[in-house]
Amino acid sequence: MYLINGKGSMSNSGADGVSDQFPAGLRVLVVDDDPTCLMILEKMLRTCLYQVTKCNRAEIALMLLRENKNGFDIVLSDVHMPDMDGFKLLEHIGLEMDLPVIMMSADDSKNVVMKGVTHGACDYLIKPVRIDSLKNIWQHVVRKKKNEWRDTEQSGSAEEGDRQLRASDDADYSSSANEGRQRNSKKRRDEDEDADERGDTSALKKPRVVWSVELHQQFVAAVDQIGIDKAVPKKILELMNVAGLTRENVASHLQKYRLYLRRLSGVSQHQNNSFLSQQDATFGSISSINDLQTLAAAGQLPAQSLATLQASGLGRSTAKAGVHMPLMDQRDLFSFENARLRFGEGQQQHLNSSKSINLLHGMRTNMEPKQLANLHQSTQSIANLNIRVNASTTQSNPLLTQMTQSQPKGQMLNENICLAPRLSTSFGQPNRSGICNGPLGRNGIVTNNVASAQNSSMLSFPMNQTPEMSISSFPLGSTPGISSITTKGSFQEEVTSGIKEDGGFVPSYDIFNELHHHKSHDWEITSPGLTYVASHPANPLQDNINVSPSFLVQQGFYPTQQTGLNRDPPLMSKALFSLGEGLEQGILQNADQHLNRVVHNSVRVKVERFPDESSQSNLSPEHYGQEDLLSALLKQVCPFFLPKDPILYTLYSLSIIINQICSVFLAARRR
Amino acid sequence: MEVGQMQRQWVDYTKSLVFEGFLDGQFLQLQQLQDENNPDFVVEVVSLFFEDSERLLNDLTFALDQNGGVDFKKVDAHVHQLKGSSSSIGAQRVKNCCVAFRNFCEEQNTDACLRCLQQVKQEYCLAKNKLETLFRLEQQIMAAGGSIPMIELSF
Repeated sequence: MYLINGKGSMSNSGADGVSDQFPAGLRVLVVDDDPTCLMILEKMLRTCLYQVTKCNRAEIALMLLRENKNGFDIVLSDVHMPDMDGFKLLEHIGLEMDLPVIMMSADDSKNVVMKGVTHGACDYLIKPVRIDSLKNIWQHVVRKKKNEWRDTEQSGSAEEGDRQLRASDDADYSSSANEGRQRNSKKRRDEDEDADERGDTSALKKPRVVWSVELHQQFVAAVDQIGIDKAVPKKILELMNVAGLTRENVASHLQKYRLYLRRLSGVSQHQNNSFLSQQDATFGSISSINDLQTLAAAGQLPAQSLATLQASGLGRSTAKAGVHMPLMDQRDLFSFENARLRFGEGQQQHLNSSKSINLLHGMRTNMEPKQLANLHQSTQSIANLNIRVNASTTQSNPLLTQMTQSQPKGQMLNENICLAPRLSTSFGQPNRSGICNGPLGRNGIVTNNVASAQNSSMLSFPMNQTPEMSISSFPLGSTPGISSITTKGSFQEEVTSGIKEDGGFVPSYDIFNELHHHKSHDWEITSPGLTYVASHPANPLQDNINVSPSFLVQQGFYPTQQTGLNRDPPLMSKALFSLGEGLEQGILQNADQHLNRVVHNSVRVKVERFPDESSQSNLSPEHYGQEDLLSALLKQVCPFFLPKDPILYTLYSLSIIINQICSVFLAARRR
Repeated sequence: MEVGQMQRQWVDYTKSLVFEGFLDGQFLQLQQLQDENNPDFVVEVVSLFFEDSERLLNDLTFALDQNGGVDFKKVDAHVHQLKGSSSSIGAQRVKNCCVAFRNFCEEQNTDACLRCLQQVKQEYCLAKNKLETLFRLEQQIMAAGGSIPMIELSF
């Protein structure tokens, strides 16, 4: 056992160790039983201009730390040591000296790393440790000091507030309110003075109460007993009955605790982040087994791990006495009603729903109110079904579940459908510029021009894609994802049967319905995607329309390609299927695009027309007759001519639809 | 042999050790830590490693030789430490042996552990020989008035 004091003092570090040449001169204590590693670490740290003290026994390390309370800035410790477990050392240091501790080990298994996190280590390095990793350890020191500074400031403000109002009986309650006010103003001042503070923080350390595990548990028990809403520092203090604990300590701790709870209940993401940086690091020192600890550690970890930690933290918090339960329930209500979709990402929910609401407002300006109202209803079930479908099929996809959780309006629908796993292979992020490239790319359909036209237009993408999905379920050449769909014979049948219902758009949801057997929440969700249709510029469609008639004519001569089609009453789906088959026989990919564009555009318009034409005010998938809507449309146009031949019927209906598209857009333009 | 030649030889030898997997990037990092203040840093660390490893290997032999029942926890602890130190100096093949060794410890497979121990010992001897050769070359260069070149891992 040996012990060497570092000689690498390059900086003019005085007693505080945090000098002008910061981070040089950072006082590091490194503990490792392996002499090789110890020597290497010491050399590396010296090269980083740190002031290094090394020891190979944990007990010696503790002794050193206790002797010089302010003698070190940060501790590096190995996990596996013969005399004391590294985590135990970590706990001791956290409780007694509250220094940042970095764990090291050759062991990189996740559970060990997790242990480090839960025990409050501010970092975990895998051996062999590289010098680059060591260069940045000063950030942990700064972070911790910054939080301590804020914490002591808050305690100070609590004291002032308390002195002012000690006279009255209601002092506690009002003073905590007062503290809140003072704290806010203090916070502003703190942020301004941060840059100055950093240099002097160590010199200004006030003696502070360390909220150990037991202490915090006592605190929480007292709060639970009183009730979180009625908890006031005075009562808590009385219940806790801890010698040496002042009302101010309890008050500041209560504030932090309240903020933590509020954050749990799903306050906006932005607030969460600020909480993390400010509050959680201080919470981190509190306990190793408390769920606050996980959140505290999360403050040091990347944001994405927050979700898991929050979930675990939440999981634990629900185990506590009733205090947390109401908050959890609130979150449930907030979130998507289908509980199984909840993945504990409350922050995103609110973010998304607020965004989507804004979009919806944006949409309104383009639409006539009556149309919008009609669309609202019709689109609700559609959107909802789709979302549910996507949610159920994509639970493994974190991005999707994130989307599907919120009240899906606007963007959500867009992204849900875009991210439908059946179609998308590599589709990752919701492309807010309005282009869902994955499925589109695969189908070779270039509707990008459409999407990029307007911000609102992107919302229709989901709609575009869904019909494409149903259509593309037909063998359409090279699209890879489709084969997976078409291999399911039943699916194909469902597709066709689905489509036959009303010409393609709603049936896609019916497909999902049949697949996933969900018929709830029909009407809660709006799909502004449909609203897009009206505001959609006519040009792209006109391109399609120009192309399609001739194309349709071409396609008209492929009836022989139908295989295995039952001769049901004429259905658009059958025609489409045959068209699809025809396409498969070697039509140009270009033709594919046009046809799909035509079809999906027509389908889009079709949906829009429904509210106008159908007498029903509630459009429910279950109510759609097999050929009601399509034949209703056809009858409206020309009641006398209704071809029986499936192909001709399809072509005829297509042409009608296209006609409708034109008229709609022309009408819209005129307005 | 003149200095330049020796230096080239040294560089080639080091690179060959890296290519063959005896050493990895960590060793090169250690070499970069060496400077005028600590001209013998690498030699010191590696010597420390040799001492430590031999002690560990003896402990391992003893622990696995227990007829009454092998304490796998202890064995695992030793192997873990050997893994840590070998990875710290960049003795890659030794480290890899330790990884396999640990797996067998978890399975509590004594025979496999003994085989692994043999393997570790072999790799350790090989690494030791290679490094000692390298250091001898270094000494010669220094004695001839030259300096140890810096190696960049560019391959």
